[in-house]
Amino acid sequence: MKKVLMKGNEALAQGAIDGGCRSYFGYPITPSSEIAEYMARKLPLLGGVFLQAESELAAINMVYGAAATGARVMTATSGPGMSLKQEGISFLAEAELPCLLVNISRGGPGLGGIQPAQSDYFQATRGGGHGDYHIMVLAPNNVQEMMDFAIEGFALADHYRIPVMIMAEGTLGQMMEPVIQRESVPLLTDKPWATDGCKNRKPNIINTLHLSPDVLEQRNMILSDKYQEIKRSEKKAETFMIEDADYIVVAFGLLSRVAKKAIMELRQQGMKMGLIRPITLWPFPDEVIHQAAPQVKKFISIEISMGQMIEDVRLAVNGMAPVEFMGRIGSVPSPQEITRRLAQMVEGEIK
Amino acid sequence: MEKQVLFAGFGGQGVLSMGNFLTHVALNSGKEVAFVPSYGAEMRGGTANCLVTISDEEISSPLTDSPAMAVIMNRPSLDKFEGKIMSRGTLVINSSLVDRKPAREDLLIYELEVNKLLEGLDNERSGNMVLLGAYIEKTGIVDIDKALENFSQIFHGKSDEFIKSNRKAFLAGIEYARRHW
Repeated sequence: MKKVLMKGNEALAQGAIDGGCRSYFGYPITPSSEIAEYMARKLPLLGGVFLQAESELAAINMVYGAAATGARVMTATSGPGMSLKQEGISFLAEAELPCLLVNISRGGPGLGGIQPAQSDYFQATRGGGHGDYHIMVLAPNNVQEMMDFAIEGFALADHYRIPVMIMAEGTLGQMMEPVIQRESVPLLTDKPWATDGCKNRKPNIINTLHLSPDVLEQRNMILSDKYQEIKRSEKKAETFMIEDADYIVVAFGLLSRVAKKAIMELRQQGMKMGLIRPITLWPFPDEVIHQAAPQVKKFISIEISMGQMIEDVRLAVNGMAPVEFMGRIGSVPSPQEITRRLAQMVEGEIK
Repeated sequence: MEKQVLFAGFGGQGVLSMGNFLTHVALNSGKEVAFVPSYGAEMRGGTANCLVTISDEEISSPLTDSPAMAVIMNRPSLDKFEGKIMSRGTLVINSSLVDRKPAREDLLIYELEVNKLLEGLDNERSGNMVLLGAYIEKTGIVDIDKALENFSQIFHGKSDEFIKSNRKAFLAGIEYARRHW
Protein backbone atom coordinates (compact mmCIF):
# COMPACT_ATOMS: atom_id res chain seq x y z
CA MET A 1 0.00 0.00 0.00
CA LYS A 2 1.08 3.55 -0.70
CA LYS A 3 2.13 5.89 2.07
CA VAL A 4 -0.19 8.87 2.44
CA LEU A 5 0.17 11.96 4.60
CA MET A 6 -2.46 12.19 7.30
CA LYS A 7 -3.13 14.26 10.38
CA GLY A 8 -2.96 12.21 13.58
CA ASN A 9 -6.63 12.81 14.36
CA GLU A 10 -7.69 11.76 10.85
CA ALA A 11 -5.48 8.66 10.92
CA LEU A 12 -7.03 7.65 14.23
CA ALA A 13 -10.54 8.12 12.83
CA GLN A 14 -9.70 6.10 9.70
CA GLY A 15 -8.17 3.40 11.92
CA ALA A 16 -11.39 3.24 13.91
CA ILE A 17 -13.39 2.80 10.70
CA ASP A 18 -10.96 0.10 9.53
CA GLY A 19 -11.43 -1.52 12.95
CA GLY A 20 -15.14 -1.85 12.27
CA CYS A 21 -16.45 1.27 14.05
CA ARG A 22 -19.73 2.46 12.53
CA SER A 23 -21.06 4.54 15.44
CA TYR A 24 -19.66 7.82 16.74
CA PHE A 25 -21.13 10.03 19.43
CA GLY A 26 -19.30 13.10 20.62
CA TYR A 27 -19.06 16.78 21.31
CA PRO A 28 -16.22 18.72 19.62
CA ILE A 29 -13.31 20.24 21.52
CA THR A 30 -9.85 21.44 20.45
CA PRO A 31 -7.48 19.70 19.79
CA SER A 32 -9.61 16.61 19.08
CA SER A 33 -12.29 18.00 16.73
CA GLU A 34 -10.89 16.62 13.45
CA ILE A 35 -11.85 13.13 14.65
CA ALA A 36 -15.52 14.15 14.84
CA GLU A 37 -15.25 16.03 11.52
CA TYR A 38 -13.73 12.99 9.78
CA MET A 39 -16.39 10.66 11.20
CA ALA A 40 -19.17 13.10 10.21
CA ARG A 41 -17.90 12.94 6.62
CA LYS A 42 -17.27 9.19 6.41
CA LEU A 43 -19.72 7.28 8.62
CA PRO A 44 -22.96 8.25 6.83
CA LEU A 45 -21.43 6.98 3.55
CA LEU A 46 -20.76 3.60 5.20
CA GLY A 47 -24.26 3.22 6.60
CA GLY A 48 -23.01 4.20 10.05
CA VAL A 49 -24.18 6.72 12.62
CA PHE A 50 -22.51 10.03 13.43
CA LEU A 51 -24.21 12.14 16.04
CA GLN A 52 -23.04 15.37 17.61
CA ALA A 53 -24.65 15.13 21.02
CA GLU A 54 -25.91 18.08 23.05
CA SER A 55 -23.20 17.48 25.65
CA GLU A 56 -20.40 15.10 26.61
CA LEU A 57 -22.72 13.52 29.18
CA ALA A 58 -25.24 12.70 26.47
CA ALA A 59 -22.49 11.43 24.15
CA ILE A 60 -21.05 8.93 26.64
CA ASN A 61 -24.51 7.57 27.45
CA MET A 62 -25.17 7.14 23.72
CA VAL A 63 -21.93 5.16 23.63
CA TYR A 64 -23.30 3.03 26.49
CA GLY A 65 -26.51 2.37 24.57
CA ALA A 66 -24.80 1.49 21.30
CA ALA A 67 -22.19 -0.71 23.03
CA ALA A 68 -25.00 -2.58 24.82
CA THR A 69 -26.41 -3.60 21.45
CA GLY A 70 -23.01 -4.95 20.42
CA ALA A 71 -22.03 -2.08 18.07
CA ARG A 72 -18.41 -1.02 17.67
CA VAL A 73 -18.71 2.50 19.02
CA MET A 74 -16.40 5.34 19.98
CA THR A 75 -16.19 8.87 21.28
CA ALA A 76 -13.32 11.36 21.24
CA THR A 77 -12.64 14.49 23.26
CA SER A 78 -9.99 16.32 25.25
CA GLY A 79 -9.45 16.74 29.01
CA PRO A 80 -12.44 18.89 30.00
CA GLY A 81 -14.77 16.68 27.94
CA MET A 82 -13.26 13.49 29.33
CA SER A 83 -13.94 14.76 32.86
CA LEU A 84 -17.62 15.14 31.96
CA LYS A 85 -17.69 11.58 30.61
CA GLN A 86 -16.34 9.93 33.76
CA GLU A 87 -19.70 8.93 35.25
CA GLY A 88 -20.60 7.14 32.03
CA ILE A 89 -17.19 5.45 31.85
CA SER A 90 -17.66 4.03 35.35
CA PHE A 91 -21.02 2.60 34.19
CA LEU A 92 -19.44 1.20 31.00
CA ALA A 93 -16.72 -0.48 33.07
CA GLU A 94 -19.19 -2.14 35.45
CA ALA A 95 -21.51 -3.18 32.61
CA GLU A 96 -18.41 -4.59 30.82
CA LEU A 97 -19.30 -2.80 27.61
CA PRO A 98 -16.54 -2.55 24.99
CA CYS A 99 -15.91 0.84 23.37
CA LEU A 100 -13.10 3.13 22.25
CA LEU A 101 -12.51 6.38 24.13
CA VAL A 102 -10.03 8.95 22.81
CA ASN A 103 -8.36 11.76 24.76
CA ILE A 104 -6.37 14.12 22.52
CA SER A 105 -5.03 15.80 25.57
CA ARG A 106 -4.46 19.41 26.51
CA GLY A 107 -3.33 21.13 29.67
CA GLY A 108 -5.57 21.60 32.73
CA PRO A 109 -6.86 21.87 35.39
CA GLY A 110 -10.19 23.55 34.63
CA LEU A 111 -10.54 24.72 31.07
CA GLY A 112 -6.75 25.03 31.09
CA GLY A 113 -5.34 25.62 27.61
CA ILE A 114 -5.35 23.91 24.25
CA GLN A 115 -1.66 23.08 24.03
CA PRO A 116 -0.43 19.48 24.39
CA ALA A 117 -0.25 17.82 27.81
CA GLN A 118 -0.03 14.48 29.59
CA SER A 119 -1.64 15.68 32.79
CA ASP A 120 -4.70 13.44 32.41
CA TYR A 121 -2.48 10.42 33.22
CA PHE A 122 -3.99 9.88 36.67
CA GLN A 123 -7.54 10.26 35.35
CA ALA A 124 -6.88 7.73 32.59
CA THR A 125 -4.93 5.11 34.53
CA ARG A 126 -6.78 5.16 37.86
CA GLY A 127 -10.19 4.64 36.32
CA GLY A 128 -11.26 8.28 36.51
CA GLY A 129 -14.78 7.79 37.81
CA HIS A 130 -16.21 6.22 40.96
CA GLY A 131 -15.79 2.63 42.06
CA ASP A 132 -13.12 -0.06 41.64
CA TYR A 133 -12.36 -0.25 37.96
CA HIS A 134 -9.75 0.25 35.29
CA ILE A 135 -9.86 0.88 31.59
CA MET A 136 -7.07 -0.06 29.19
CA VAL A 137 -5.00 2.94 28.06
CA LEU A 138 -2.83 2.97 24.93
CA ALA A 139 -0.35 5.77 24.19
CA PRO A 140 0.70 6.04 20.52
CA ASN A 141 3.84 8.01 19.63
CA ASN A 142 3.42 8.58 15.89
CA VAL A 143 0.62 9.01 13.36
CA GLN A 144 0.87 5.40 12.13
CA GLU A 145 0.23 4.20 15.68
CA MET A 146 -2.75 6.56 15.97
CA MET A 147 -4.26 4.50 13.15
CA ASP A 148 -3.03 1.07 14.27
CA PHE A 149 -3.97 1.50 17.94
CA ALA A 150 -7.53 2.45 16.99
CA ILE A 151 -7.85 -0.88 15.14
CA GLU A 152 -6.19 -2.77 17.97
CA GLY A 153 -8.19 -0.86 20.58
CA PHE A 154 -11.50 -2.24 19.30
CA ALA A 155 -10.11 -5.78 19.23
CA LEU A 156 -8.92 -5.47 22.86
CA ALA A 157 -12.19 -3.84 23.94
CA ASP A 158 -14.27 -6.67 22.49
CA HIS A 159 -11.93 -9.41 23.73
CA TYR A 160 -11.94 -8.24 27.35
CA ARG A 161 -15.31 -6.47 27.31
CA ILE A 162 -13.66 -3.29 28.58
CA PRO A 163 -13.52 0.38 27.53
CA VAL A 164 -10.17 1.09 25.85
CA MET A 165 -8.74 4.59 25.79
CA ILE A 166 -6.23 6.06 23.37
CA MET A 167 -4.45 8.99 24.97
CA ALA A 168 -2.25 11.24 22.82
CA GLU A 169 -0.87 14.74 23.23
CA GLY A 170 -2.67 17.43 21.20
CA THR A 171 0.36 17.80 18.94
CA LEU A 172 0.10 14.17 17.86
CA GLY A 173 -3.50 14.77 16.84
CA GLN A 174 -2.58 17.86 14.84
CA MET A 175 0.67 16.82 13.14
CA MET A 176 0.97 15.03 9.80
CA GLU A 177 3.10 11.99 9.01
CA PRO A 178 2.96 9.30 6.34
CA VAL A 179 0.76 6.31 7.15
CA ILE A 180 0.09 3.00 5.46
CA GLN A 181 -3.52 1.91 5.73
CA ARG A 182 -4.11 -1.78 6.40
CA GLU A 183 -6.09 -3.69 3.80
CA SER A 184 -7.55 -6.43 5.95
CA VAL A 185 -10.81 -5.85 7.77
CA PRO A 186 -10.91 -7.32 11.27
CA LEU A 187 -13.64 -9.82 12.03
CA LEU A 188 -16.29 -8.68 14.42
CA THR A 189 -16.44 -10.61 17.68
CA ASP A 190 -19.53 -12.63 18.50
CA LYS A 191 -21.35 -10.91 21.39
CA PRO A 192 -23.86 -13.34 22.92
CA TRP A 193 -24.32 -10.94 25.87
CA ALA A 194 -25.61 -8.04 23.74
CA THR A 195 -29.15 -6.70 24.03
CA ASP A 196 -29.82 -7.00 20.31
CA GLY A 197 -33.23 -8.68 20.29
CA CYS A 198 -34.18 -11.82 22.23
CA LYS A 199 -36.31 -13.78 19.80
CA ASN A 200 -35.81 -17.51 20.53
CA ARG A 201 -33.56 -16.89 23.54
CA LYS A 202 -33.74 -15.60 27.10
CA PRO A 203 -33.46 -11.81 27.38
CA ASN A 204 -29.99 -10.40 28.19
CA ILE A 205 -29.87 -7.81 30.93
CA ILE A 206 -27.24 -5.09 31.18
CA ASN A 207 -27.36 -3.39 34.54
CA THR A 208 -24.98 -1.77 37.03
CA LEU A 209 -27.16 -1.62 40.16
CA HIS A 210 -26.41 -4.36 42.72
CA LEU A 211 -28.06 -3.56 46.03
CA SER A 212 -27.20 -6.90 47.61
CA PRO A 213 -23.73 -6.61 49.22
CA ASP A 214 -22.91 -10.21 48.27
CA VAL A 215 -23.79 -9.69 44.63
CA LEU A 216 -21.85 -6.41 44.56
CA GLU A 217 -18.76 -8.04 46.02
CA GLN A 218 -19.07 -10.88 43.52
CA ARG A 219 -19.27 -8.35 40.67
CA ASN A 220 -16.14 -6.58 41.91
CA MET A 221 -14.29 -9.90 42.14
CA ILE A 222 -15.21 -10.74 38.55
CA LEU A 223 -13.92 -7.35 37.40
CA SER A 224 -10.78 -7.71 39.50
CA ASP A 225 -10.03 -11.13 37.97
CA LYS A 226 -10.37 -9.61 34.54
CA TYR A 227 -7.98 -6.78 35.42
CA GLN A 228 -5.44 -9.31 36.73
CA GLU A 229 -5.67 -11.25 33.47
CA ILE A 230 -5.11 -8.05 31.47
CA LYS A 231 -2.11 -7.20 33.66
CA ARG A 232 -0.64 -10.64 32.95
CA SER A 233 -1.20 -10.51 29.19
CA GLU A 234 -1.26 -6.98 27.83
CA LYS A 235 1.58 -4.88 29.28
CA LYS A 236 3.56 -3.33 26.45
CA ALA A 237 6.68 -1.18 26.34
CA GLU A 238 9.41 -0.26 23.87
CA THR A 239 13.02 -0.08 25.03
CA PHE A 240 16.00 1.73 23.52
CA MET A 241 19.62 1.09 24.57
CA ILE A 242 18.79 0.03 28.14
CA GLU A 243 21.13 -3.00 28.23
CA ASP A 244 24.21 -1.06 29.41
CA ALA A 245 22.45 2.12 30.57
CA ASP A 246 23.47 3.87 33.79
CA TYR A 247 20.51 6.23 33.44
CA ILE A 248 17.09 5.27 32.12
CA VAL A 249 14.53 7.80 30.97
CA VAL A 250 10.86 6.78 31.14
CA ALA A 251 8.61 8.73 28.77
CA PHE A 252 5.48 7.99 26.73
CA GLY A 253 3.64 9.40 23.71
CA LEU A 254 5.16 11.90 21.31
CA LEU A 255 7.41 13.00 24.16
CA SER A 256 9.12 9.58 24.07
CA ARG A 257 10.41 10.35 20.56
CA VAL A 258 11.80 13.71 21.65
CA ALA A 259 13.44 11.99 24.64
CA LYS A 260 14.93 9.36 22.30
CA LYS A 261 16.55 12.10 20.22
CA ALA A 262 18.08 13.60 23.38
CA ILE A 263 19.33 10.18 24.46
CA MET A 264 21.03 9.60 21.08
CA GLU A 265 22.75 12.97 21.46
CA LEU A 266 23.93 12.19 25.01
CA ARG A 267 25.15 8.74 23.92
CA GLN A 268 27.37 10.52 21.40
CA GLN A 269 28.76 12.57 24.28
CA GLY A 270 29.59 9.32 26.07
CA MET A 271 26.74 9.20 28.61
CA LYS A 272 25.16 5.78 28.97
CA MET A 273 21.49 6.64 28.64
CA GLY A 274 18.54 4.47 27.72
CA LEU A 275 14.78 4.82 27.25
CA ILE A 276 11.77 2.84 28.39
CA ARG A 277 8.59 3.92 26.62
CA PRO A 278 5.35 2.59 28.11
CA ILE A 279 2.96 1.81 25.24
CA THR A 280 0.19 0.64 27.55
CA LEU A 281 -0.24 3.15 30.38
CA TRP A 282 -2.70 0.76 32.03
CA PRO A 283 -1.67 -1.93 32.50
CA PHE A 284 1.63 -0.16 33.27
CA PRO A 285 4.67 -2.11 32.00
CA ASP A 286 6.30 -2.33 35.44
CA GLU A 287 8.31 -5.55 34.93
CA VAL A 288 10.68 -4.14 32.31
CA ILE A 289 11.45 -1.25 34.67
CA HIS A 290 11.77 -3.52 37.70
CA GLN A 291 14.16 -5.86 35.88
CA ALA A 292 16.41 -3.01 34.76
CA ALA A 293 16.49 -1.33 38.19
CA PRO A 294 19.36 -3.19 39.91
CA GLN A 295 21.90 -2.09 37.25
CA VAL A 296 20.69 1.50 36.96
CA LYS A 297 22.08 4.55 38.82
CA LYS A 298 18.96 6.63 38.31
CA PHE A 299 15.60 6.68 36.56
CA ILE A 300 14.23 9.93 35.18
CA SER A 301 10.51 10.22 34.47
CA ILE A 302 9.92 12.89 31.82
CA GLU A 303 6.33 14.06 31.48
CA ILE A 304 4.24 16.96 30.23
CA SER A 305 2.72 17.32 33.68
CA MET A 306 3.85 18.15 37.19
CA GLY A 307 4.65 14.47 37.86
CA GLN A 308 2.08 11.68 37.58
CA MET A 309 3.58 8.62 35.84
CA ILE A 310 6.57 8.98 38.17
CA GLU A 311 4.43 7.30 40.87
CA ASP A 312 4.10 4.17 38.71
CA VAL A 313 7.82 4.28 37.91
CA ARG A 314 8.61 4.44 41.64
CA LEU A 315 6.30 1.50 42.39
CA ALA A 316 8.03 -0.50 39.64
CA VAL A 317 11.56 0.43 40.83
CA ASN A 318 10.49 -0.39 44.40
CA GLY A 319 13.33 1.46 46.07
CA MET A 320 16.15 -0.16 44.09
CA ALA A 321 17.25 3.14 42.48
CA PRO A 322 16.48 6.84 42.79
CA VAL A 323 13.70 8.15 40.54
CA GLU A 324 13.80 11.80 39.53
CA PHE A 325 11.41 13.97 37.60
CA MET A 326 11.58 16.38 34.69
CA GLY A 327 8.38 18.07 33.58
CA ARG A 328 6.88 20.85 31.56
CA ILE A 329 3.35 22.18 31.21
CA GLY A 330 2.00 23.96 28.16
CA SER A 331 4.26 22.52 25.47
CA VAL A 332 6.23 19.47 24.47
CA PRO A 333 9.83 20.21 25.56
CA SER A 334 12.35 20.28 22.71
CA PRO A 335 15.13 17.69 22.31
CA GLN A 336 17.64 20.45 23.05
CA GLU A 337 15.97 21.27 26.37
CA ILE A 338 15.77 17.62 27.40
CA THR A 339 19.41 17.04 26.40
CA ARG A 340 20.52 20.05 28.45
CA ARG A 341 18.54 19.13 31.55
CA LEU A 342 19.48 15.45 31.42
CA ALA A 343 23.15 16.40 31.09
CA GLN A 344 22.82 18.65 34.17
CA MET A 345 21.18 15.85 36.17
CA VAL A 346 23.88 13.37 35.22
CA GLU A 347 26.78 15.78 35.77
CA GLY A 348 25.36 16.67 39.18
CA GLU A 349 25.49 12.96 39.94
CA ILE A 350 29.14 12.56 38.86
CA LYS A 351 30.32 15.58 40.90
CA MET B 1 20.73 13.43 6.71
CA GLU B 2 17.93 15.23 8.56
CA LYS B 3 16.77 18.79 7.91
CA GLN B 4 14.23 20.84 9.82
CA VAL B 5 12.58 23.91 8.31
CA LEU B 6 10.37 26.43 10.09
CA PHE B 7 7.74 28.43 8.19
CA ALA B 8 6.28 31.40 10.06
CA GLY B 9 4.01 34.39 9.40
CA PHE B 10 0.54 35.85 9.97
CA GLY B 11 -2.45 33.51 10.00
CA GLY B 12 -3.87 33.64 6.46
CA GLN B 13 -0.55 34.13 4.65
CA GLY B 14 -0.52 30.48 3.67
CA VAL B 15 2.31 29.52 6.00
CA LEU B 16 0.86 26.10 6.79
CA SER B 17 0.26 25.53 3.06
CA MET B 18 3.97 26.15 2.39
CA GLY B 19 4.95 23.49 4.91
CA ASN B 20 2.25 21.16 3.67
CA PHE B 21 3.48 21.49 0.07
CA LEU B 22 7.11 20.85 0.99
CA THR B 23 6.14 17.85 3.14
CA HIS B 24 4.20 16.26 0.26
CA VAL B 25 7.03 16.79 -2.24
CA ALA B 26 9.58 15.31 0.18
CA LEU B 27 7.34 12.28 0.84
CA ASN B 28 6.90 11.75 -2.91
CA SER B 29 10.70 11.94 -3.23
CA GLY B 30 11.02 8.90 -0.94
CA LYS B 31 11.97 10.79 2.24
CA GLU B 32 10.75 10.35 5.79
CA VAL B 33 8.72 13.41 6.76
CA ALA B 34 6.88 15.03 9.64
CA PHE B 35 4.78 18.22 9.64
CA VAL B 36 3.97 19.87 12.96
CA PRO B 37 1.66 22.92 12.80
CA SER B 38 0.95 25.46 15.48
CA TYR B 39 -2.72 25.03 16.28
CA GLY B 40 -5.59 26.76 17.99
CA ALA B 41 -5.72 30.52 18.55
CA GLU B 42 -2.96 31.10 16.00
CA MET B 43 -5.23 29.95 13.21
CA ARG B 44 -7.70 32.71 13.97
CA GLY B 45 -5.64 35.73 13.00
CA GLY B 46 -2.49 35.70 15.12
CA THR B 47 0.85 34.21 14.13
CA ALA B 48 1.03 30.83 12.46
CA ASN B 49 3.97 28.53 12.05
CA CYS B 50 4.83 25.00 11.17
CA LEU B 51 7.90 22.82 11.38
CA VAL B 52 8.79 20.37 8.62
CA THR B 53 11.30 17.57 9.18
CA ILE B 54 12.79 15.79 6.16
CA SER B 55 15.09 12.84 6.68
CA ASP B 56 16.65 9.82 4.98
CA GLU B 57 16.02 7.80 8.13
CA GLU B 58 13.22 7.31 10.63
CA ILE B 59 12.49 10.62 12.37
CA SER B 60 12.84 10.47 16.12
CA SER B 61 11.90 14.00 17.15
CA PRO B 62 9.64 16.05 14.84
CA LEU B 63 10.23 18.99 17.18
CA THR B 64 13.26 21.25 17.68
CA ASP B 65 14.35 24.48 19.33
CA SER B 66 16.76 25.30 16.53
CA PRO B 67 15.73 24.54 12.95
CA ALA B 68 18.46 24.55 10.29
CA MET B 69 16.32 26.78 8.08
CA ALA B 70 13.56 29.33 8.54
CA VAL B 71 11.24 30.90 5.96
CA ILE B 72 9.87 34.10 7.47
CA MET B 73 6.80 35.88 6.10
CA ASN B 74 6.50 38.85 8.52
CA ARG B 75 8.30 40.99 11.08
CA PRO B 76 6.89 39.44 14.32
CA SER B 77 8.04 36.03 13.09
CA LEU B 78 11.56 37.30 12.43
CA ASP B 79 11.68 38.80 15.92
CA LYS B 80 10.44 35.56 17.44
CA PHE B 81 12.56 33.04 15.54
CA GLU B 82 15.75 34.74 14.33
CA GLY B 83 17.64 33.86 17.49
CA LYS B 84 16.64 30.20 17.29
CA ILE B 85 17.96 29.26 13.86
CA MET B 86 20.87 26.84 13.97
CA SER B 87 24.32 28.39 13.62
CA ARG B 88 25.36 28.61 9.94
CA GLY B 89 21.73 27.93 9.02
CA THR B 90 19.59 29.51 6.31
CA LEU B 91 17.14 32.40 6.73
CA VAL B 92 14.70 33.32 3.94
CA ILE B 93 12.73 36.53 4.39
CA ASN B 94 9.73 38.19 2.77
CA SER B 95 11.22 41.68 2.97
CA SER B 96 7.92 43.31 1.91
CA LEU B 97 6.63 42.65 5.43
CA VAL B 98 9.88 42.74 7.38
CA ASP B 99 11.08 46.29 7.93
CA ARG B 100 14.46 45.51 9.43
CA LYS B 101 17.60 43.63 8.51
CA PRO B 102 18.36 40.45 10.42
CA ALA B 103 20.95 40.87 13.17
CA ARG B 104 22.56 37.43 12.85
CA GLU B 105 25.85 37.35 10.94
CA ASP B 106 26.37 33.59 10.95
CA LEU B 107 23.43 32.75 8.66
CA LEU B 108 22.96 32.49 4.92
CA ILE B 109 20.31 35.15 4.34
CA TYR B 110 18.07 35.50 1.29
CA GLU B 111 15.54 38.30 0.98
CA LEU B 112 12.74 38.75 -1.52
CA GLU B 113 10.22 41.59 -1.76
CA VAL B 114 7.28 39.29 -2.31
CA ASN B 115 4.61 42.00 -2.69
CA LYS B 116 6.60 43.84 -5.34
CA LEU B 117 7.04 40.65 -7.33
CA LEU B 118 3.32 39.85 -6.96
CA GLU B 119 2.41 43.19 -8.58
CA GLY B 120 3.54 41.75 -11.91
CA LEU B 121 1.40 38.62 -11.49
CA ASP B 122 -2.37 38.37 -11.63
CA ASN B 123 -2.73 36.76 -8.21
CA GLU B 124 -1.98 38.84 -5.14
CA ARG B 125 -2.69 35.96 -2.80
CA SER B 126 0.09 33.59 -3.87
CA GLY B 127 2.94 35.29 -2.02
CA ASN B 128 3.58 32.11 -0.08
CA MET B 129 4.19 30.17 -3.31
CA VAL B 130 6.60 32.86 -4.59
CA LEU B 131 8.79 32.60 -1.53
CA LEU B 132 8.48 28.80 -1.42
CA GLY B 133 9.58 28.49 -5.06
CA ALA B 134 12.58 30.74 -4.46
CA TYR B 135 13.48 28.89 -1.26
CA ILE B 136 13.33 25.41 -2.81
CA GLU B 137 15.24 26.54 -5.91
CA LYS B 138 18.03 28.07 -3.82
CA THR B 139 18.44 25.37 -1.18
CA GLY B 140 17.57 22.28 -3.22
CA ILE B 141 15.92 20.84 -0.09
CA VAL B 142 13.77 18.89 -2.54
CA ASP B 143 14.22 18.59 -6.29
CA ILE B 144 12.60 21.59 -7.97
CA ASP B 145 11.36 19.53 -10.93
CA LYS B 146 9.85 17.02 -8.52
CA ALA B 147 8.04 19.93 -6.84
CA LEU B 148 6.65 21.10 -10.19
CA GLU B 149 5.49 17.56 -11.05
CA ASN B 150 3.56 17.39 -7.77
CA PHE B 151 1.37 20.46 -8.21
CA SER B 152 -1.79 18.81 -9.44
CA GLN B 153 -1.56 16.00 -6.88
CA ILE B 154 -0.99 18.31 -3.91
CA PHE B 155 -3.74 20.72 -4.98
CA HIS B 156 -6.09 17.86 -5.85
CA GLY B 157 -9.70 19.06 -5.76
CA LYS B 158 -8.82 22.74 -6.39
CA SER B 159 -9.81 24.50 -9.60
CA ASP B 160 -7.47 24.51 -12.62
CA GLU B 161 -7.41 28.28 -12.30
CA PHE B 162 -6.19 28.06 -8.71
CA ILE B 163 -3.47 25.54 -9.56
CA LYS B 164 -2.36 27.60 -12.55
CA SER B 165 -1.98 30.84 -10.60
CA ASN B 166 -0.12 29.12 -7.76
CA ARG B 167 2.19 27.45 -10.25
CA LYS B 168 2.83 30.79 -11.92
CA ALA B 169 3.75 32.36 -8.58
CA PHE B 170 5.99 29.41 -7.75
CA LEU B 171 7.80 29.75 -11.11
CA ALA B 172 8.24 33.49 -10.52
CA GLY B 173 9.95 32.68 -7.22
CA ILE B 174 12.25 30.18 -8.92
CA GLU B 175 13.12 32.76 -11.54
CA TYR B 176 13.90 35.37 -8.89
CA ALA B 177 16.19 33.01 -6.98
CA ARG B 178 18.10 32.12 -10.16
CA ARG B 179 18.71 35.77 -11.04
CA HIS B 180 19.26 37.40 -7.67
CA TRP B 181 20.34 34.83 -5.08
